[in-house]
Amino acid sequence: MAWRYLKQVEGFWVVFRQMFKPRVTTPYPKVKRVKPQRFHGRHVLNRYPNGMEKCIGCELCAGVCPARCIYVRGKDNPVDEPVSPGERYGFIYEINMLRCIFCAMCVEACPTEAITMTQLFEMSVQGREDAIYTRSELLMSPDGVVPHPQPQSKFNDLGELTLADGWMRATAAAGRAEYQGIRHWTPTAGAGHRPPEQGQAADGVPETEEESEG
Amino acid sequence: MMGFLEDLLGNVFWQAVIKSVAVLVIILVVALLIVWVERKIVSDMQNRVGPMRAGPFGVLQTLADGLKLLFKESVLPRKIELGAYMAAPIAAMVPAFLIFMTIPIGRPFTVGETVVTFQGADLNVALLFILAMSSMAVYSIVLAGWASGSKYPLLGGVRATAQMISYEAAMGLSLVPVIMFASAQLGGASPALGTMSMSQLVELQQGSFRGFIPGWFIFWLIPSFVIFFISAVAETNRAPFDLVEADQEIVGGYHTEYSGFRFAMFFLAEYINMFNVSAIAVVLFLGGWLGPDFGLPGWIAWAMPLFWFFLKTFILVFIFIWIRATLPRLRYDQLMTLGWKRLIPASLVWLLLFAVVTAWRRFGAPWS
Repeated sequence: MAWRYLKQVEGFWVVFRQMFKPRVTTPYPKVKRVKPQRFHGRHVLNRYPNGMEKCIGCELCAGVCPARCIYVRGKDNPVDEPVSPGERYGFIYEINMLRCIFCAMCVEACPTEAITMTQLFEMSVQGREDAIYTRSELLMSPDGVVPHPQPQSKFNDLGELTLADGWMRATAAAGRAEYQGIRHWTPTAGAGHRPPEQGQAADGVPETEEESEG
Repeated sequence: MMGFLEDLLGNVFWQAVIKSVAVLVIILVVALLIVWVERKIVSDMQNRVGPMRAGPFGVLQTLADGLKLLFKESVLPRKIELGAYMAAPIAAMVPAFLIFMTIPIGRPFTVGETVVTFQGADLNVALLFILAMSSMAVYSIVLAGWASGSKYPLLGGVRATAQMISYEAAMGLSLVPVIMFASAQLGGASPALGTMSMSQLVELQQGSFRGFIPGWFIFWLIPSFVIFFISAVAETNRAPFDLVEADQEIVGGYHTEYSGFRFAMFFLAEYINMFNVSAIAVVLFLGGWLGPDFGLPGWIAWAMPLFWFFLKTFILVFIFIWIRATLPRLRYDQLMTLGWKRLIPASLVWLLLFAVVTAWRRFGAPWS
C-alpha cells in the first residue's frame, strides 16, 4: 500500500531532475541547426558553365507538381543567339511559394537538372504577390549568383543559395548500386561539376572522383 | 524629509492610502513575476527554454502580454448577461487584493512615534476574513460561467461551485488546529481566549526549541499544513485540480468568452491567489517573516524579514509549479472522492486528535 504512493512521489523527482538537463530548444535566429545535406529549400534555375540556361521549357516540372504551383511557358530558341542548348527555353517560369510543398518532384522530373533546390528557407514576404517567384528571382546569373528577394541579414544566409541539390548527388541515384560514385549530372555555372555526395555508401565502398572541375 | 515621512505615516488616512497603493503595486509586480517564474520553471522541467526575448531572460514577457491584452478588443458576445459579465472579473480581483491586505510581509517598524506594520490592515479576525474572501472568489467564477451564456463556461462554473465549496470545508477545518494551537501558546497571557490576527500568529512563532529548530507551527501541525496545501491547490484551481478551466475538456472553462483585459484580470487573479495561499501558508505554518538577520546593520536588518517572507513564499510557489508540471489532471469523481472521502475526514480526525491533546496538556486529564 505504502510503496504505491512512494512510486507516485518518485514522479516529482523525475520532473525535478529535468531542470538540470540540457535544453532541446535551438534559439533559432541566433543559433541555426545544421541542415541535412538534402534539405529542400527554395528553388533555383541553373545554367551551364558557358552561360546557357539548362531549362528547355518542357513543362514536365509543372506537370508533375502535386501542388500545381509551377507555371512554365516554353518558347523556341532564337536562331542566332540560343538561350538554352535545346530546341526551346522557358521564357516564363513562375513558382508560387505559398503553394509549393517543397517535395522536390520537379527536381526529379526535370530531364536537364535545370531546376534544383537550395538550402535557403527564409523566404518571408509582405504580400501574396511577392510569394510568386518569377524567372528573374529563380534564374541564376551566368556566373552562378542566385538572386533572392530578401537582402542578406542576420536572419538569412544567402550563401545557402549556392549549396546544390543533395538528392541529385546521392551516391546511388534511384537506388541503383551501379551508379554509386558516378557523376551522372551536368556541371553548373559557378559551382562547376559537383562531386558525389559523400558518406552515402551503405557498405562503406570508397567513393571515386574527388574534386570538381570548373 | 524624515519629518515629512513621520507626519505622513502618523496620519491614519494617509498611512492607509500609502499602504493600499503599496499593496496594489506589490501584488501586481509579484503576480507578473510569478507568471514569468512559472513559465520559466515549467519550461525548465520540460527541457525547453521558455520566454527569453522580452527583457533579460524574458522577465518582461508578462508585461508585454499584459500590454497586448490591454490594447486588444474586449469582445462582448451576444448572449451575455451584461451586468454579471462585467462584474465577474472585478469580483475575481477584489478578494485577491483584500486577502493580501491582511498578510504581514515584514517586521513592524517605527517612524517617529508611529508603529508602521508591513500589512494593509491588521484585522483581529484576519483568518476568518481570509476564509470569507476565498469563498467570495467562487462567485466570480460562477458569475462568469453563467453570464457568458455559453456551454463551456457554464460547465466550468458548475464545476467551480462543487470543487471550491467542497475544498473550502477541508481548508477551513485544517485551520482550526492552528487557532487552537495559537490559543494554547498564548496560554491565557492575553485577555482574549486566542487570536486570529495574522501579525500575532507570526509573533507566536518566534523563538526556537532544542536550540536550532525554529518555533514554526508546522512542526506541530504538519497534517494541517498538508491538508491546507492540498486544498489550497484545489481552491486556486491549479493543476492537478484545474477542472474549472481544463483546456482539453472545456476549452477555457469560465473565461472562455472573455477577451482583452477582462481575461487578463482573471488570469492575474489566479496568480495572485496562488501567491496569497502560499503567503497564508507561510504566515500560519512557516513563521511568516521570521528569520535570522545575522546581526547585519541598519537597513539590511530592516529588509531581512521581507526577504525571508518572500523567500518562503516563493518556495511554496515553486512547489505549486512543480506539482503542476508533474501531475496530470484528476477526473471529476476522483476530485470529489479526494475532497469528501479523504481530506475532510482526515482533517476532522486530526482536529479531534489535536483538540484532545491540547485540552489534555492545558487542563490536565479529564479524570484529574
